[in-house]
Amino acid sequence: MTGPFRTPYPGYDVLDKWDSPSYDDATREVLRARTTPPPRRFLSEARFAVLAALCDTVIPQPRARPVQIAPFLNAALHDDRGTGTRFAVMPPDRDAWPLGLDAIDAEAKAHHDGTGFADLARPERTLVLKEIDAERLRAPDAWQDMPAQKFFRALVLKQIAQFYYSQPAAMSEIGYGGPASPRGYVRLNAQGIDPWEAPYGQWKETDA
Amino acid sequence: MTRPIGRRAAEAETDPRAVNGCAPDVFSRDGTVPMREFPESEEVDFVIVGAGCGGSVLAAKLAEAGMSVVLFDAGPFFRPLSDFASDEYEQEKLYWLDPRVSDGDDPIELGANNSGQAVGGSTVHFQMVSLRFRPEWFKSRTKLGYARDWPVDWQEMWKYYAEVENALKISGPIRYPWGPKRGRYPYRAHEVNEAGLVLARGAEALGVDWAPTPLCTVSAPRGKSPPCAYRGMCKIGCSVNAKQSMLITYVPRAIRAGAEVRDLAMVGRVETGQDGRATGVSYHRGGEWRHQKARNVVLAGYSIETPRLMLNSATSRHPQGLGNSNGMVGRNLMVHSNHAVWGEFEDEIRWYKGPPSMATCEHWNYVDDDPTKDFDGGYSFMSQGPLPGDFAGTLTGATGMFGDELLTAMGKYNRMAGLKIVGETMPAPDNRVTLADESDPLGLPRARVTYAFSDNDKRLQRHSLDFMSKMLGAAGGRNLLETSSTAHLMGGCAMGDDPETSVTDDMGRSWDIDNLWICDGSLMPTAGGVNPAMTILANAARIADRIVAARNG
Ligand SMILES: Cc1cc2nc3c(=O)[nH]c(=O)nc-3n(C[C@H](O)[C@H](O)[C@H](O)COP(=O)(O)OP(=O)(O)OC[C@H]3O[C@@H](n4cnc5c(N)ncnc54)[C@H](O)[C@@H]3O)c2cc1C
Ligand code: SF4
Repeated sequence: MTGPFRTPYPGYDVLDKWDSPSYDDATREVLRARTTPPPRRFLSEARFAVLAALCDTVIPQPRARPVQIAPFLNAALHDDRGTGTRFAVMPPDRDAWPLGLDAIDAEAKAHHDGTGFADLARPERTLVLKEIDAERLRAPDAWQDMPAQKFFRALVLKQIAQFYYSQPAAMSEIGYGGPASPRGYVRLNAQGIDPWEAPYGQWKETDA
Repeated sequence: MTRPIGRRAAEAETDPRAVNGCAPDVFSRDGTVPMREFPESEEVDFVIVGAGCGGSVLAAKLAEAGMSVVLFDAGPFFRPLSDFASDEYEQEKLYWLDPRVSDGDDPIELGANNSGQAVGGSTVHFQMVSLRFRPEWFKSRTKLGYARDWPVDWQEMWKYYAEVENALKISGPIRYPWGPKRGRYPYRAHEVNEAGLVLARGAEALGVDWAPTPLCTVSAPRGKSPPCAYRGMCKIGCSVNAKQSMLITYVPRAIRAGAEVRDLAMVGRVETGQDGRATGVSYHRGGEWRHQKARNVVLAGYSIETPRLMLNSATSRHPQGLGNSNGMVGRNLMVHSNHAVWGEFEDEIRWYKGPPSMATCEHWNYVDDDPTKDFDGGYSFMSQGPLPGDFAGTLTGATGMFGDELLTAMGKYNRMAGLKIVGETMPAPDNRVTLADESDPLGLPRARVTYAFSDNDKRLQRHSLDFMSKMLGAAGGRNLLETSSTAHLMGGCAMGDDPETSVTDDMGRSWDIDNLWICDGSLMPTAGGVNPAMTILANAARIADRIVAARNG
């Protein structure tokens, strides 16, 4: 297993460019709005707790103000936002998510004497999810006919990871340039970086 | 799906903007340009359904020839300068997010990676790689012994590639290493970014040619378009208008020439009369179903929506759907294999800078007798520069990684480089679009998309992964990761010479209904090993000239 992640770009924050030509009004409006997470509407409180625990397992965030993920996924379900695809082996998203969250909870309970997913510590949750990804199920009935790995990868991981990595905090920790309109970049090859990019990463310390 | 998806300019997704004799001025933040309008009761010469590659080019050229044209699109009419944010989640408003049901042995993913829903179609968020077919591919059955022939001659297509490349001011190299001589590209090539130079080093190490990718974004100012700012967000829409999408090129040209555009107008049905001919369309706009009369109806909704609309327009006279007496509508749907190899590098590549695919290699499109080539068809591949959210989706989908393992892998984002193919797949009748037994919010049956790769497709994929791994390794890549996916859609309503095996003739006219036409990517009889937009555009320009010549002749 990997140890805790340490950013190669400590101190770099794409939000520091807020008032620079790398940000336009559209981007500022969108990011400002996202600082107020939408209210819980679609999932029940219990399922929302499982979703929140899932987000915390997929993206551990040891920071003072973690990026809110679960409220946005929940709102997307409430709004029936869609992704463009419904795999025929899967129920529609708005059925798949409640079913899958219940099934993950059932797997947790089967592994841990009735303790639900949201009440487990992160290492235990991680192991439950690895078993699900490998389709080693202890509560197969809870999944009804839904393929567990497909649910886990195509919906859970993909949507959580895609959402997180389009947020400024995630951009900063990987040294991505972040919003870049109207000012893009000038130095395109490895010979140089623009002054408004992250300084070179500290790889020696972090890259074993 | 329910709009609005976006936060910024949400009203553009709920209230039509091309109304009251005005359309949005796409080069302004909030301005408009005058637009002609046609009464619904007037029989216009052409109704065109879909304002992407096929529909926009056709609309502009027919309107310029003096015909009355109404161009419909289900999506919003955006002004990029004020409506597009540097934000992946927000920009999902560009995609066709209403689900299609996907099945088959290799069910494909639909939405962001292959279907747009906006005036300008998928070109609003396409990646601008602008390649031509290899000439032999237009006769791949006769010349190369696989798949099927196009009902078109390559020299004619070559002429139209030049026309559309000039209209879009493609930026490309002076000398292109593969295929017959082509004229100079209208604009000079862009400086290749580091991600592209990785491909170049690998190609040189392996002794194959490479080239700066011809790109559909300008390398110098053009009218109101500034040169590309290299912000690298082409796949979520270009907010500075450097990208020469249909939205800022052929659509304004069509409006200037007198065409009307109706945004947020989903066509649900092509209407046909007693004699079986098309009489117009029913469409949903502003919360109600409406009707537009027309002498001709052209479908340009791309490879899923065009067949879906034909099937959804069935009548007692056309019980299997329009133009489908031979059962070919929706069949021979193709994708491109989009397999990739990713590697870590010693130095920071910072692949987010510049358009995502600045270098290309078409070697395996032009080699026929190499002993390792164990498949029909070809593939090109390009350097990569996925945005963080996009790349995280690739990593998790391929490996199932999460937690600190995912954070650590993503932490190397700036040191990654990748090579990804556009791989030809074989047309197969069982790969097809049919109607699902569920409906969208407007009550229209959704599309069901059934897809499986052939053995040949799988051999091509394996070959490409081996070759790209070798190349990426030669360029210094370590810890290589292979991923598989698909991109683009082609076919579904193939044109052809034989009414038994195709849906339209060589000018996109339905074999069954002489005033029903198709003009989009669904006409493609084969997929080729290059990105399809230039071919769809060139074909549309050709069809427009044929229609105008037929009227004048
Ligand atoms: C992410 C991405 C990257 C790409 N990159 C490249 C690239 O680098 N190079 C390249 O050559 N190609 C690329 N492509 C492919 C290219 O964009 C498409 O092949 C091309 O745009 C298809 O043209 P079209 O006219 O057939 O359909 P589209 O351009 O998709 O246009 C179809 C339009 O029809 C509308 N429509 C559909 N049904 C209806 C209806 N019933 N009523 C009203 N409107 C309707 C849709 O809203 C849409 O706007 C890319 C595509 C995507 C999605
Ligand atoms: S890289 Fe160029 S074309 Fe792409 S979004 Fe940026 S400015 Fe537009």
